[in-house]
Amino acid sequence: MSETADRVKKIVVEHLGVEAEKVTEDASFIDDLGADSLDIVELVMAFEEEFGVEIPDDAAEKISTVKDAISYIDANKG
Amino acid sequence: MRRVVVTGLGLVTPLGAEVETVWRNLIAGKSGAGQITRFDATDYACRIACEVKPADHEYGFDPAKRVDHKVQRQVDPFIVYGIDAAGQAYEDAGLADLTEAQRYRAGCSIGSGIGGLPGIEEESIVLHEKGPRRVSPHFVHGRLINLITGQVQIKYGLMGPNHAVVTACSTGAHAIGDAARMIAMDDADIMLAGGAEGALCPLGIAGFAQARALSTNFNDEPTRASRPWDKDRDGFVMGEGAGIVCLEEYEHAKARGAKIYAEVLGYGLSGDAYHVTAPHPEGSGAYRSMEMAMRKSGLSLADIDYINAHGTSTPLGDELELGAVRRLFGADIAGLSMSSTKSAIGHLLGGAGAVESIFGILAIRDQIVPPTLNLDNPSDGCDGVDLVPHVAKERAVKAILNNSFGFGGTNASLVMRAV
Repeated sequence: MSETADRVKKIVVEHLGVEAEKVTEDASFIDDLGADSLDIVELVMAFEEEFGVEIPDDAAEKISTVKDAISYIDANKG
Repeated sequence: MRRVVVTGLGLVTPLGAEVETVWRNLIAGKSGAGQITRFDATDYACRIACEVKPADHEYGFDPAKRVDHKVQRQVDPFIVYGIDAAGQAYEDAGLADLTEAQRYRAGCSIGSGIGGLPGIEEESIVLHEKGPRRVSPHFVHGRLINLITGQVQIKYGLMGPNHAVVTACSTGAHAIGDAARMIAMDDADIMLAGGAEGALCPLGIAGFAQARALSTNFNDEPTRASRPWDKDRDGFVMGEGAGIVCLEEYEHAKARGAKIYAEVLGYGLSGDAYHVTAPHPEGSGAYRSMEMAMRKSGLSLADIDYINAHGTSTPLGDELELGAVRRLFGADIAGLSMSSTKSAIGHLLGGAGAVESIFGILAIRDQIVPPTLNLDNPSDGCDGVDLVPHVAKERAVKAILNNSFGFGGTNASLVMRAV
């Protein structure tokens, strides 16, 4: 797992209070990890802080799985 | 009118996070006061408080016991305390087996005096330093006063009245009184009712200190600071926590085979129409609140064995309340005991009336009344009243009265009796 993936996973565990092994790359935030739409807003904010990236609303709306988050961050971080 | 009884209790306080521990510590004469640890209070006029203790403390509070990790992160402390105390009352009353039809008639009336002040303070700093896109999406519903009720109803599947009271320091008593009326009026069969507070943050301490409401003379001796009716009292000590009772229609409780602690017989409410923070100089509102509760209860004055006083340890309030009790009870004052448990747990503001009603209920159960700590030299005018100084007192307790008064000139009184 990449360094980005590790850090994303840590944030998800901390924010959603789920077990680490459930946070696979294919896991959907809403369907598999019990998040609601506001939790995703909060997660996106945490990713922005952690990685120093800006994730505009239209991009954030397309992030539904852990892999979506990791790919966006890897493609956009400085 | 349908009868209303108490079938469950829940407490989170500076003296413990479940009912029996709190009660044991209270009867033993322990104090929950100490130096403020939540933030650096070095520069504050008041540097002491009655904090709910951390999980690793002998009688600390473990939020993980009843509040989901995610919820803990999203909401202010007063909501966490409220969810836990409501959960205790829910478990104590044995509500897990309610049918869906019963859940439609089970509600919540849980309030707070101030609500999410720590979170408002913290998030306003985030807004100022990082801008609007860093404000939490959970900011609003994690701070709103009615969100104890909201969270508890979601967690336990209660779909009856969804109500929250905001009347400063009389919130807890009003919440119980309002809920009792909803049951009496057939709006619900079961109500989790009470109040919570968690305003121990820089803005909370600074604000109350600037209003000249807090004790500032005992920063080096925190356990001596809350001293209702004592000559050296100089303000209240801020507490935090929650008290929730399960109220239930009498026949409904009997049919379930529920344990019944006491019956709610009387509820009185009044306004001072005088000043935003100072009590009426003749204790007019306090008198009328108690008088209404007594009248509704159908009891005679001589029936009251114990009064859990509002008694905050402020210079003005304690004697005015005692004067109002004296005028209402006349010669019958000689037969009752009256104490202020704020001497031990501090002032829980919106939680106070509910926590203190629970202490009255436990006095009925165990036939013992909790003490007024630090009452070394009673003020003039305290003669002829048993204020239970220093140590708890075993005595017959069949009926109790609880008083709660708040900023804005709001007053509430509750009368309860053994069934």
